[in-house]
Parts: sequence; structure tokens; C-alpha cells
Amino acid sequence: MDPRRRSVADIAIGQRGVIATAAGSRAKVLDRLRLGDAAFRHLTRAAAVGVLLLLGAVIISLIRGSIPALKTFGFGFLVSERWNPVTENFGALPAIYGTVITSFIAMLIAVPIGLMIAFFLTELCPQWLRRPIGIAIELLAGIPSIIYGIWGLFVFAPFLQETLQPFLIKTLGLAPLVGPLFGGPPYGIGMLTAGLILAIMVLPFVTSISRDVFEAVPAVLKEAAYGLGCTTWEVTRNIVLPYARVGVIGGIMLGLGRALGETMAVTFVIGNAHRISASILAPGTTISATIANEFTEAVGDLYTSALIALGLILFVITFIVLAIARYLLLRIERRIG
Amino acid sequence: MAEQLVQSRYRGRRRRNAIATVLALAATAAGLGWLVLILGALLWEGFSGLSIAVFTEMTPPPGSAGGLLNPIVGSLILTVLAVLIGTPIGILAGTYMAEYGRHDVLTTVVRFINDILLSAPSIVVGLFIYEVMVAPMGHFSGLAGGVALAVLVIPVVVRTTEDMLTLVPNSLREAATSIGLPRSLTIMHICYRAARAGMLTGVLLAVARISGETAPLLFTSLNNQFWSTNLNAPISSLPVVIFQFALSPYKDWQVLAWTGALIITMAVLALSISARALVATGKQS
Repeated sequence: MDPRRRSVADIAIGQRGVIATAAGSRAKVLDRLRLGDAAFRHLTRAAAVGVLLLLGAVIISLIRGSIPALKTFGFGFLVSERWNPVTENFGALPAIYGTVITSFIAMLIAVPIGLMIAFFLTELCPQWLRRPIGIAIELLAGIPSIIYGIWGLFVFAPFLQETLQPFLIKTLGLAPLVGPLFGGPPYGIGMLTAGLILAIMVLPFVTSISRDVFEAVPAVLKEAAYGLGCTTWEVTRNIVLPYARVGVIGGIMLGLGRALGETMAVTFVIGNAHRISASILAPGTTISATIANEFTEAVGDLYTSALIALGLILFVITFIVLAIARYLLLRIERRIG
Repeated sequence: MAEQLVQSRYRGRRRRNAIATVLALAATAAGLGWLVLILGALLWEGFSGLSIAVFTEMTPPPGSAGGLLNPIVGSLILTVLAVLIGTPIGILAGTYMAEYGRHDVLTTVVRFINDILLSAPSIVVGLFIYEVMVAPMGHFSGLAGGVALAVLVIPVVVRTTEDMLTLVPNSLREAATSIGLPRSLTIMHICYRAARAGMLTGVLLAVARISGETAPLLFTSLNNQFWSTNLNAPISSLPVVIFQFALSPYKDWQVLAWTGALIITMAVLALSISARALVATGKQS
């Protein structure tokens, strides 16, 4: 007999090498089973609580690490533009600004494209092509961020320097109002490049969640609209999108959380300059890029502490964004399920 | 007159529909195009540097030939360490959420927090481990790198374990209980076995996720130019070596960085494809 096909009672008793013959040993076995049962239950519970403690530990250790910097600079840390390791004078504003701007550029590009791909996948694409295209887009999410970084630095940035950036400087750079945004020389690397790379990285998140919530729209609603003579686009625009709105926003926030915290891809192409430039073509820095670039070289407790304080700010921002995303997605899940 | 108005309305709507269709096609082409461009550049640059030496020689000093043996081995060690630490915790926590406290407040809270940990910035995890391990120990170490990666493994495994155990039909549990099997043995011998493929998928996905992670390793396991498998000392890893070599001005190093990038990407894609295949077979049976 296949040893794996023992009866369940054998597993319960035989596996422990105890053969219940007398009533006394039977009680002993049952006792031991009861004990093991309780132990396993508590073990799993401890692990679940451990996940909570993990988050608590992350927050506490970041706060503890950033106390020296926050004590020295106070609230000014958030609004100061200075970043001088020599005089030990630190301010987070350029990094926060860079983080927000690059993520904003990324979402500005990734959201419309992601929504249009979701529209294509749910309404236009022939059935047999849906899965392969969906998987291909999701593969973009599987590529490690350092690959985006090396590609961005050696392939994408030089390409932008020769094509898109001179074009933007010649056209939009001369326009009134938005002109300063596109001023200066084409560096190749800079905030726009970082934003574009982030857009590619965020795209699969926006796409796959939008597709899932688009697919969850009841067919009856769509059929009713088609019955009234709506075009495919009108059905998507007026029926699918409003119905799926909460889920789509959740997906966007999830993507935003990724973009804000993304480190390696940005570090390669941002230029690491601690200043706030009017032009989005200029080099800048982000919170994560600053930490990645400077942490191992930071001398002195204050410098290290300032970098940890940056990490704390990043964690708080992404925590809020991700919490909102999860809340919205939970709401739509409840409605569907 | 009215007829004409209606006709032009129709035309306008049809035109808008056509424009939207074209835009959707263009967006999909752009998404796929990016994938092709990135993988194409990777294959092109990576293969030109690929040779036996890459797998048999150490990282070279600038200006001389060498390979990536020590970072490859280092990455394998760190990944195994992270899986060994992270998987048991993740599986146990997921078990509690699916088996014991499916409707608990604790489960709801843990699920919410776990989902946030799932997409929390990995560089913050690096800072955390630096604070709790590297700073007290006084030096960078492979162990710290492994723990940092384990922190990233846990949420992935928790999520898939919970999802997969929830899918196990209750009739299986009831059958086991009816013949007197204790709860813990029901879970270990019945539920785990039924959900095995899915749980393994979770581990594969977690490995795919951490094998390209650089940020948490930068200031935990640091880097090591020499052969070292000592977990108490800095250890080399592929992503960190790629980071260092790609940003260097030396041509040899840049070529090695591309080759390393190719190796990582192929490994990650192979892992995610086998994870998908595993899910597909699990669904059929």
C-alpha cells in the first residue's frame, strides 16, 4: 500500500509512534493532540500578530532614527531647500518636490494609457488575444526596477536628449506660461525622464486593476446601453467608467504608491541635484534616490538621521496613499462580491 | 433640415468612436512596444557580454576581464535565506487568517496592513533593517540583507496562503473533523495539501519579487568584491553589483552590468512564468 494513502486516524495517532491500546495511553494521546492543536493555533496567531508588529517596528525604528535631525531642524526640515553635508544643514523640500513632480508626470501619462489599454482589452480585443496581451502588459510589472534604471540611463535618456527634449524646448519652451517648465538645455537625465520611466513601471498596475473592475461591470448594464444604440466608446465612457470609478481610483492610488516609493529606476536617471528647478527637464532628486545615493557615504549622526527622516516622510506619504487605495478597492470588492 | 442635423450627429458620434478605438489601439501598441524595447535592448546588450567566464570568474577590478560568480552566488544565498526566514512566518500568518480567524477583527486589520506592506517602498525596509540590525551589530552583513529581503517575502506569502486556503472547500475540513482529526492536523494534512500548488506559487512570486531588489540591500548586505559566503560579513549580490558597475565610467564594468541585468531578468521572467503555469495546472485538476 502507498504509505501516503494511510487512513486519517493513522495520521493522527500512528504518526506519533504511539499505538493506542489501553484506555490510559489513549487519553494520553488525546491530551497530546489537544496540546499540539492549541500550540499550532497560537503559533499561527502569533505570526499574524507578528505582521502587525512588523509594521509597528518599521514606524518606531524610523521615528527613533530621525529624532536627532527633527530635533535640530524642527519643522524647518520640511520646508528648507538647503542640503549641505559639509555644514550639516539639511532640508527635505527639494527631495519631496522631486518625488511629487516625478510621480505626477508618471500618473499624467500612465493613467490615460492604462485606461485605454483596459478599454481595448475588455471591449475591443478579440477573445483569444486578451490573455496574451494582458500577460505581456503584466510582464512589465515583473521586470526588476534596476533593469528600468540601466535601460533608462543607457538607452532612454540619450534618446530623449536627442529627440523629445530639444523638440519640447523649441516648441513648448517658447510658449507663454508653460515656457519655464521646458527651459534649459536638454540634459537627457532629469525629472521628465524619471517621470516617463515611472510611467512605464506604473502602467501595468493601472491597467490590470482597471481591466479587472471593467470586467466586473454587469453585462446587463452594458447590453441595455448598446440596446439604446450607444457606440462602444459611449458605453465605456458613460456606463463602464462611472460604474467602475471607485475601483479605477483605487488602482491609480496603488500605482501612485509605487511611483512615490520607487528607488532604483529613478536613482539612475534623476541626476541627483538638490535643488528645485522651474524646468522639468533639469536634474533633481527624490526622497528614495537621495537615500540610495547618500546613505552609505553619510558621515556623522546628523547626516544619517536626516536621511532616515526623509525615509520616514516617504513612508508616511506612501502609507496614506496606499491606505486610501486599499480602502477604495475593498469597497468595490464588497460591491462585486 | 432636421434630418441633416440627425445625420451629422450620427457622424460625429461614429467619428468619436473611431478616434477612441484608434487611441485604444495606440495605447496598447505603446504598452507592448515598451516591453519589446526594454527586453530587446537587454538581450542585445546582455548577450554581447555573455560568456562562460561570467559564471566562473570573480568581479574584476576596473580595466580587466572577469565575471559575476561572487554576486551570483551571493544573490542565491540571500534569496534562500530570505525564503527560509520569510516563508514559515508568512504561511503561519496566512493560515491563521484563513483557518482560525476568518472573520476576526485581527484578520481584517492584518489583511489591510499586509496589503500596505506588499507595496511599501523597499528602500524604507532597508533603512529599517539598518536601524535594527546593522547599526547595533556595528557592521554590514549578509544576514541583514537576507532579513531585509525576508521582510519583502512575508506579505507576498501571507497574501497567497490566505487566498489559496480560502479556496479549499469546507466539505474537506468537515470530512476530516467528522472522523476525529484535530484542527491542526486537518490544516496540515488536508488543507495544505489541497492548496499546495497555490502556496508554492506564492513562494515563487516572492522569489521573483526579491531577486531583483536592490534598494534594501544597499545598506544591509552592502557589497563585496571578493569571494565570500560568510553571512556575518558584507556579501556581494547581483543587483547591487549592477548598480555599482552601470554607474561606473569603465566600459568593462558596464558590459558586465548589462549581462547581470540579463541574467536577473531571465530568472525573474522564468519564475513568474512557472508560477503562472502552476496556477493553470492547479485550476485544471
